[in-house]
Amino acid sequence: MSEELIPIYIMGKQYMVPPSLTIQRAMEYAGYRLLRGCGCRAGFCGACATVYRIAGDYRLHIGLACATLVQPNMYLTQIPFFPAERRSYNLAELKATPETLFSIYPEVLRCLQCGTCTKACPQNIDVRAYMAAAMRGDIAAVADKSFDCIMCGLCAARCPAEEVQYNIAILCRRLYGRYIAPRAQHLAERVREIEAGKYDAEIAALKAMPKEELAEKYNSRDIEPD
Amino acid sequence: MIYTPEMYESLKRVEATRSARLSETFPRLSAQEKEDLLRRFHPDFIPEAFATLQVGPNKGGKAPHELARVLQARPVISPDFDVTRTDIETDILVIGGGGAGSAAALMAEENGARVVLVTKLRHGDANTMMAQGGIQAADKPNDSPAIHYLDVMGGGHYANDPDLVEALVLDAPKVIQWLEELGCMFDKEPDGTMITIHGGGTSRKRMHSARDYSGAEIMRTLRDEVRNRSGIFVLEFTAAVELILDDRGQCVGAVLLNMETEEYLVARAKCTVLATGGSGRLHYQGFATTNHYGATGDGLVLAYRAGAHLLHIDTMQYHPTGAAFPEQILGFLVTEKVRGLGAQVLNVDGVQFVNPRETRDVESAAIIRECRERGKGVRTPSGFLGVWLDSPMIELIHGPGTVARELPAMVRQFARFGVDITKEPMLVYPTLHYQNGGIKIDVNGATEIPNLFAAGEVVGGIHGRNRLMGNSLLDITVFGRRAGIAAAKRAREVQPGRPTLQHLVEWERQLQEAGLDPQDRAPILLPNYVGQR
Repeated sequence: MSEELIPIYIMGKQYMVPPSLTIQRAMEYAGYRLLRGCGCRAGFCGACATVYRIAGDYRLHIGLACATLVQPNMYLTQIPFFPAERRSYNLAELKATPETLFSIYPEVLRCLQCGTCTKACPQNIDVRAYMAAAMRGDIAAVADKSFDCIMCGLCAARCPAEEVQYNIAILCRRLYGRYIAPRAQHLAERVREIEAGKYDAEIAALKAMPKEELAEKYNSRDIEPD
Repeated sequence: MIYTPEMYESLKRVEATRSARLSETFPRLSAQEKEDLLRRFHPDFIPEAFATLQVGPNKGGKAPHELARVLQARPVISPDFDVTRTDIETDILVIGGGGAGSAAALMAEENGARVVLVTKLRHGDANTMMAQGGIQAADKPNDSPAIHYLDVMGGGHYANDPDLVEALVLDAPKVIQWLEELGCMFDKEPDGTMITIHGGGTSRKRMHSARDYSGAEIMRTLRDEVRNRSGIFVLEFTAAVELILDDRGQCVGAVLLNMETEEYLVARAKCTVLATGGSGRLHYQGFATTNHYGATGDGLVLAYRAGAHLLHIDTMQYHPTGAAFPEQILGFLVTEKVRGLGAQVLNVDGVQFVNPRETRDVESAAIIRECRERGKGVRTPSGFLGVWLDSPMIELIHGPGTVARELPAMVRQFARFGVDITKEPMLVYPTLHYQNGGIKIDVNGATEIPNLFAAGEVVGGIHGRNRLMGNSLLDITVFGRRAGIAAAKRAREVQPGRPTLQHLVEWERQLQEAGLDPQDRAPILLPNYVGQR
């Protein structure tokens, strides 16, 4: 398959690459053996946060290198790591209250609500909106709105108020998951049953069963309808 | 609007049959039909794809050529490398920063051990992060660990280790509760009831999820918790290249490589936990893979060279629904949750040819047959074949908005390349997904090598010859925790001897005896895609 090659500029240096490639694969095509800036290669890990401009366009663009196609005259660099403040805490000793959030991350209240973070998010999360919720102490809203965060760090890299939004967000999600979301009662009940040994005999019988008998049981098992 | 006119012709037929298909259930295959299908079309049954191992504990056994090559390679360091010096000293050395390694580190720390966790990329760069669909646990009233046990054994073709399966299904509800307490946001009803659905091969709806970021939610939570623990030191961009044994054959640590400075370090540990994950980046049989960048089978190589048996390494899991179009995302995982929510699998005529809930191996074999033998695949512009996964019908079954709510990652992933999966089906083909087998362990993650533990995708026996969806996030948590606890307890009584690399001398002897003179060195640590299109 022949393709016209296009020029891209990796940290200012020109390489000619096929236009059908993602930024990540174009860098490899150009000769880079990636170490930093490459993780899952499928948009889930946030290792390959990239910023770029297109010659002639004043705007700064962002994207994940694994999920963004190259364009002619793209000037790019990866931001594989950005220093980020993170506080340690003992989740078991916290309460899901606004005071918890404000005491662990008092800088939440410094947010300017400028929306630069939202523009910088490759997941199209409205980061500004969840920071607004954080300023209100609405932990459940932060948890919900930030859920798709892959913690790539671009929001923190661009923030004029020096927030580390994604660390604030995961604290809120963990507070929500542990304290605000109602616990699964059937789960707790099943754990009690297992600890009481309720299923031990049945499983021991299955373990002792000859393969043919087990297969017969498997092939004739009833399947819960949709 | 990126499908070609020919693909749109086929899509019209998909749309035309959709309403009739809503009430249509494709019959399940009988045990005999499954067996025949697998033998004829599953990649595990292509004899030319496998080599007979000539050295090591599995000598005489089979492995894919790509794996055999790294298993029978020469080590990265020479046997006279000085392992008597100490750069890092700890109770527990965890090698690997995915879900299993993180769970092991947390539990070892809780049991009083000092832990060093090394990982060759970033903490969390792992297949765990990419698992989308969910995690199984029998916690509903109509379900039980015994029913889960039967599903796992049948799905694994009864090759599973019954003790490991018992541990898996009995620990399952407990680890879901552990994750819930760590703050994982599982999908729940307003009253807290877990929302659970089917996966391929499940007889009860026991798939718990966190939208379609299930693995990411578990991974980032475990990682965050590791960062809260002062007893765990994490060293990123640091790989293990060799295990160190003592004069009594016990594992006493590992030789590490700083991936950035290329400096070697000697880590001494009372117990070591291998949690290096899978090997999809070896691209068995040339398949594209869903796996993360570092999935190069390092732990298999290290343990094998040190004398540990590997189980079922002649079977790999091909996920039935890897993206087949557009080319930029070839091989990307399309979560099984799509089928779990009711999407059917269709050929070029818009007709079903397999029940969407068969186990992964059977589903994959059926898709390969449809494309290769029956000529009913859809051809892409670059010559790949695929079949349709009818995601829009989910909206008809569960109501408008379901796809966006339940599958946000999938929607985003395809939207980046111009496909709206709420309105248009995805084109899919099997993709290399999972290493079914691996290092032999007991129920506490102990390997055959004293003081060496293992957990996660690097181990074998839990899933037999085929893993069910949702049992991998489960096994990394169950056995990661067990290995961490057991290693911490064992560390209290370990008496380490004199560190040596004598096993490398023995390895070289075995190579020569077998008449092998491999030029490759392993572990390879990262794949090399330089210059590839």
